[in-house]
Amino acid sequence: MSSVAEFQQSLSRSDTESTVTTPETFASTLADIVDRPAIGVALPFESVDLDDAPVTLNPTPAQLREAKTGVTAARLGVASLGTVAIQSRAAGDELVSLHPETHVVVVRERDLRPDLEAAFDWLDDRFDDGEQSFVLATGASATGDMGALVEGVHGPEDVHVLVLADDE
Amino acid sequence: MSKPDELDADAIRELLRSEGDGIKENTRHFNEERYDRIEEVGADTHERYRSEARRIKQDAIERLPELVERTKAAVEDNGGTVYVADDAADARRYVRDVVNEDDAESVVKSKSMTTEEIELNESLEASGVDVWETDLGEFVVQVAEEGPSHIVGPSLHRTREDVTALFEREFDTDEPLDTAEKLTTFARDYLGERIEAADVGITGANFVLADSGSIALVTNEGNARKCASVPDTHVAVAGLEKIIPSVGDLHPFAELISRAATGQHIPQYLSILTPPVDTPPVDFDAPEDPSFGGSDADRDFHLVLVDNGRREMRADDDLRETLYCIRCGACANSCANFQSVGGHAFGGETYTGGIATGWEAGIEGLDTAAEFNDLCTGCSRCVNACPVKIDIPWINTVVRDRINRGKDPGFEDLLVDGLVPDDETAGTPLRKRFFGNFETAAKLGSATAPLSNAVASAAPIRSAMESLLGIDARRDLPTFERTTLRDWASDRDAAATNPRRRVALYPDVYTNHVQTSRGKAAIRVLEALGCEVVVPDVGGSGRAPLSQGMIETAERKAASVGETLGRYADRGYDVVVVEPSDLAMFDREYERLVEEDVHRTLSDNSFELFEYVYGLLENGADESVLTAGDGDGVAYHSHCQQRTLDLEPYTEAVLDRLGYDVLTSDVECCGMAGSFGYKTEFYELSMDVGETLAEQFADAADERAVVASGTSCLEQLDSLLAPVPRHPVELVDPEA
Repeated sequence: MSSVAEFQQSLSRSDTESTVTTPETFASTLADIVDRPAIGVALPFESVDLDDAPVTLNPTPAQLREAKTGVTAARLGVASLGTVAIQSRAAGDELVSLHPETHVVVVRERDLRPDLEAAFDWLDDRFDDGEQSFVLATGASATGDMGALVEGVHGPEDVHVLVLADDE
Repeated sequence: MSKPDELDADAIRELLRSEGDGIKENTRHFNEERYDRIEEVGADTHERYRSEARRIKQDAIERLPELVERTKAAVEDNGGTVYVADDAADARRYVRDVVNEDDAESVVKSKSMTTEEIELNESLEASGVDVWETDLGEFVVQVAEEGPSHIVGPSLHRTREDVTALFEREFDTDEPLDTAEKLTTFARDYLGERIEAADVGITGANFVLADSGSIALVTNEGNARKCASVPDTHVAVAGLEKIIPSVGDLHPFAELISRAATGQHIPQYLSILTPPVDTPPVDFDAPEDPSFGGSDADRDFHLVLVDNGRREMRADDDLRETLYCIRCGACANSCANFQSVGGHAFGGETYTGGIATGWEAGIEGLDTAAEFNDLCTGCSRCVNACPVKIDIPWINTVVRDRINRGKDPGFEDLLVDGLVPDDETAGTPLRKRFFGNFETAAKLGSATAPLSNAVASAAPIRSAMESLLGIDARRDLPTFERTTLRDWASDRDAAATNPRRRVALYPDVYTNHVQTSRGKAAIRVLEALGCEVVVPDVGGSGRAPLSQGMIETAERKAASVGETLGRYADRGYDVVVVEPSDLAMFDREYERLVEEDVHRTLSDNSFELFEYVYGLLENGADESVLTAGDGDGVAYHSHCQQRTLDLEPYTEAVLDRLGYDVLTSDVECCGMAGSFGYKTEFYELSMDVGETLAEQFADAADERAVVASGTSCLEQLDSLLAPVPRHPVELVDPEA
């Protein structure tokens, strides 16, 4: 099984939707997925950006509160778990990925790692580079404290992962 | 309800009634999920992570002073502040100062047992600051004004209906909050407003990384992420023991913590933050300004490392392991008593479950640990559940021993000197000494049977036993046999010539004096399979005194048994043990009670009865000499300590091989646990735990023979089910 297929299978196990896209189809795929109003954080990738996307960058607190969708990049995906690594950047990835009901997260195929062990090897390297704050997020926010499992607590109720396929 | 003042029969009955349903459902769910996820990841892989995690913790605690200094240097280099607080008051004062200097009016918190331990909320509220718990479970107990009943799920004792009633009463809501979804939405919105308005966010830290000055936070709801990012001031409060060297060391813990806690392969959110983080704070007072309100405030970060007894625990050879604890709650979820009664009984000021004894003894002192320590029966089901391999039963035993020694000697000691020939200091409670010296009573009981049985059963005697010894009159007492197993065996002619193996059958106190029938069956089975069987003249293993926290007495007995059985082992005898709790002594506890070589000899050469029979059959012994099942149904309850040693499958395999149709229980413990179920204040809890086992066998008991490996389990099943249960060896006995 390819790592993309395994990643998608793991995502579906944690009730997370996913779509594979390419740089060419990215903008239209994203526009279809995003529920508006939407906010976002500039993607740290070369092949795609949010310039023409229906999302507001650098949102106000009111926009953060009202947004239905938040779009961010993930620096890493873990194929065996469906986990993504969101970096705590000054542009506000942590906030945009956390407050809106839906989090749309863009991860490049090349950034997939097979398992958590490989993810920690990657983290170890990032720490050496001085990048030292990440959230490993898996599925929607959830609680069992109210007597049954409920998704959508302080964080998103839905997560949609866009996997950006590598060029052939 | 909250923690009762005294854990007597009334308090336990009330907790069983008011909190038992919620705690049972929730802990068993976590427990089952844990087993499932570990099976998915693979037992060997899981074991590798456990070993690795333990090694890291052991090393980190060893090097703690150095790691504290490295943490300080790294956090300060990042622009934060580290404060090492000597005790709870010191920690409270520091956090209060930070909050006051920030002119903060309100604080939002994510779940932190360490802030519970230092009673931070009360202190902040007393200085006029609003404090809001944002973890929904913690919010529930905050609203209910009660203490957490579980390390991971503070409100685990409450059912959905309880929470609905609580919220509708406290918040006077217009809409009914009659589903988990509605409750969650209400709490999220209510707390969302508080998070937006908060001046300071307080979190705990599941791990602190010394090299980078980072903290790791494990959450599912996302509230810790908000508490650490929305306000511009972040205070993280953590025990000193949370420090590990670096991010690479976090990997095994990331694998283990949620599998052990809630049966998730990974939490929804594992935040690894190196504050002050780059994430901009959100200024909700400037709602229309771009870039999250455009706050130009520098982020302020304080890491408060709490000692509060931990450095003394580190210096204590028996309590030190407690510091390896990652607070997953697996010891609580895997504990049969905890599943019934929860942390408001099985817990101290802050901590709950098996490991709470270590934490409360170290942090609060022996008096607090003494309030609930007797709820640990030493069943050992938490031993394999613990992700860092802490020997939790041993910690409970050591603390029990210290509690015994701390008691003032009294009238009782004068009364019983001689009847209880133990090595304990005066002050050890009489009942503990009675159970700890049960061997003495058994010898006397057999020697004077049947008179002893008639006397012991007489109503006035039972009444006296209840008032003097706290032995519940509702329990049947063991019936002593006049002819002990050893006497019976010594009158037999050796059956085997040119034996296949030579066996020393260990005559545990019960098999020798009370349940001699299972011992006789064991001897007949082993002889039929071609073994020479001798029954050595050897005393109790020390299990009974150990379970009462009488370590010196247990050591003396262990030394004697080790010497006697060691001689048999040296002469080529295999030691076969009928009673699983005694085999577990030889295998596990003797490591701490006898010399290393004595332990190794006994551990290597002793076998559980069916483990041994299985080995004989695998090596060519003729199974046709045993009584076959021909499809007969068997309901089998293995023994807790037997299962911890992974010895349950042998009984199943042998019975299966002989044609029995075996149904095995999957409860953690029968609830009897040696003397536990006899004790007046615990009788109802013991029966409540047993009820789960009885339910599993209720339908089967009519058409299946009920069998159990352990003495206590047999007694418990006897009191719960109509047919008289037997040891499985009695089924396959050639004379059956």
